[in-house]
Amino acid sequence: MPKMNLSHFEAAFLFSLFTSVVLGVVTKRTDRDRLHYGVYTFLCFFVALFGLGWLMYFGHG
Amino acid sequence: MAIEKEEKHSLPPVGVWGPALALSWLVPGGGHLLLKRTGRGLLLMASISSMFVCGLMMRGVMFTPQSGDLLTTLINTGGFIGDLASGVLYLLTVWLGYNQPDVAGAVHDYGTKFLVTAGLLNILAMVDVFDIAVGRKD
Repeated sequence: MPKMNLSHFEAAFLFSLFTSVVLGVVTKRTDRDRLHYGVYTFLCFFVALFGLGWLMYFGHG
Repeated sequence: MAIEKEEKHSLPPVGVWGPALALSWLVPGGGHLLLKRTGRGLLLMASISSMFVCGLMMRGVMFTPQSGDLLTTLINTGGFIGDLASGVLYLLTVWLGYNQPDVAGAVHDYGTKFLVTAGLLNILAMVDVFDIAVGRKD
């Protein structure tokens, strides 16, 4: 199997994408709610990703 | 009244939900396909399998149960359960001899997390299949 070398951002992007799809599919009852929740979760992952990234940047000095 | 309430909360026989639940563990998304939720089943299958394969391609580590101090036991046993929850993906990987030593590196670490998370997401899919099979969800 080929080896995959991803940056932190690429790995976090893929993680967020796959997890959001599953969370959207299993938690809501209508397709519209599933789509909304999936997008919402994905955005939350990204807000956390960038927020924590900047926090570590400033915290590191 | 009490009997009526009891009937409402009682589970259907295992034969109704057991096969779907077992298939859902063995093949991610398979339980949904068995229950004729094709679109959702395919989405789950694609997402969970892709996450697992990405974890393998990043050379993530498969956990094995280990005893020792509480934290070691918790991490390794929990990780093993997470890996095992991927069903046939995990079984095939182990049978085909995948044995990645634990080495330092962000990509390997991400890979390990991808492998465990794929299993945890499959557990969520199994819960969803159970709810559908017993009629709690449509």
